[in-house]
Amino acid sequence: MKISKTIYLFFLPGLLLYSIFFLYPTVSALFYSFTDWDGLSDAYQFVGVGNYERALTGDSVFRKTVGNNLKFMLMVVVFQTLTALVFAMIVLKNTKANLFLRALYFFPTILSSVSVAFIWAFIYDPSLGILNQILELLGLDFLQQNWLGNSDIAIYSLAVTQIWFHAGQMLIIFVAGLQAIPEDLYEVAKIEGASKWQTFRKVTWPLLAPSATIVIAYTTIQSFKAFDLVFAMTGGGPNNSTEIIATYIFDVAFRSYNFGYASAISVLFMIIIAFITFLQFKALRSDRISY
Amino acid sequence: MLFRKFSLAVYALLILIPLLMVALTSVKTLQETFRDPLGLPEDGFQWSNYSAIFQEQTMAGYFMNSTIVTLFSVVLTLFFASMIAFGISRLKNWMGNILFGLFTLGMMVPAQVNMVPLYSLMLDLNLTNSLLGLILVNIAVTLPIAVFILTGFMKTLPRELFEASTIDGAGNWQMYTKVAIPLSLPSLSATAIFLFVMHWNDLLYPLLFITDNAYKTLPLALLEFQGEYSTNYPMLFTGVIIASAPMVIAYVFLQRFFVAGMTAGALKG
Repeated sequence: MKISKTIYLFFLPGLLLYSIFFLYPTVSALFYSFTDWDGLSDAYQFVGVGNYERALTGDSVFRKTVGNNLKFMLMVVVFQTLTALVFAMIVLKNTKANLFLRALYFFPTILSSVSVAFIWAFIYDPSLGILNQILELLGLDFLQQNWLGNSDIAIYSLAVTQIWFHAGQMLIIFVAGLQAIPEDLYEVAKIEGASKWQTFRKVTWPLLAPSATIVIAYTTIQSFKAFDLVFAMTGGGPNNSTEIIATYIFDVAFRSYNFGYASAISVLFMIIIAFITFLQFKALRSDRISY
Repeated sequence: MLFRKFSLAVYALLILIPLLMVALTSVKTLQETFRDPLGLPEDGFQWSNYSAIFQEQTMAGYFMNSTIVTLFSVVLTLFFASMIAFGISRLKNWMGNILFGLFTLGMMVPAQVNMVPLYSLMLDLNLTNSLLGLILVNIAVTLPIAVFILTGFMKTLPRELFEASTIDGAGNWQMYTKVAIPLSLPSLSATAIFLFVMHWNDLLYPLLFITDNAYKTLPLALLEFQGEYSTNYPMLFTGVIIASAPMVIAYVFLQRFFVAGMTAGALKG
């Protein structure tokens, strides 16, 4: 069947905006990454791979930032995925109570990062905070902390907040994945006398692998994009201990006015994300089975 | 079994207690909060924080800005993305595939990657401190995910429907408005909710492009309250409640759609 050429007009408005406000800046990030542009003046010079060299060999803050981001990512991916999976299995059946609980667990996802940041700043507050008060009530005073002020633990405090924020969303994805597994497979496993763990390992997990891939990949990307939350909660401090790559780019560009260098870090950021996504898909693919 | 129930209750409390705490603190005075951060308000609910925040801040203006930016961003993203999705699902050739690839590529690139050149572009185009500027960038940034979700859906629509309308002499535009759009409503509504939550809550772009109070949206205004009120949590939480109210009310009534929309976004993102 012949399609009228007017179909190309359908792409026009979207493609125009996408090219101007997305593709062009993305490509020029690559261009600016080879310059020493400060973002304000008209003049800049090409510095070759100087910015990349600086990021990879000379900048200890950048290295720390990548480390922070990986810590944050690992903690969120592991604990958020486990929380979501375990609770998805408990609230799996569509009973009234379970539907209510799912809606409740999902709730934080609709809040803005700034709101979540304020809520948790209050929870973590060293003197007013609910967390230290509960620890005192339980007689666990020795565990009391300045949760966001202590540079050894602040990044983990942020990770807990991120999990509170988004675990419910992942839980819902797991529920959808689990509900798609045919009942009779569990029946067969039962008749065969499989233990609970065996049933999980041989039936649930392989069939859940596609949802797990999605959850893990999405959580990973989300943990790299946690700019809003980190920016509003700690601004990267204390002592850069919660600086993640995204907030560092912001600092280098808009506080130190080093656009060229910030662009180079942006490009490295993109490479890191592409690499991690690739690894995950490869690792999780191998675990897929179909019955 | 008991352990399961116990875990469910603990998780539920972990969500509920912070939310209750926000609501209660917003109706307490600062003194009360410092004296007893977790207690109930002793002298009844104090609504003074709410009147104070409206007096001290241009809350109505922030609210209006957020509403304008969100509405236009959502509607225009849906409009442009559905046209593209329609185009891709009609063009079953290499052009369609390339265009689809070009748009979905955008989902892989985090917004922070291009914020530096985007900022200077906006300066050059005189689009900083402008709601229009925010809307244009919002559309460009969420177009990839919207195209991805909608194309996936439109490709499943039966070909025969489109072919039948061609025989009736319908052009591409009629086919889009009379066949593709009505049939894609479930997918459009899910995408709409995903975009709503995203645009309403966005901090990055207002932070980059807006410095004038007259154009600030709620998340940015809220963030700046922190500088002004420091640890005055009653005021901060009053701001949180006002900024979240539309989303929360919508969630209570449209819960099913929210869950579908937010997971569609995740599944496809």
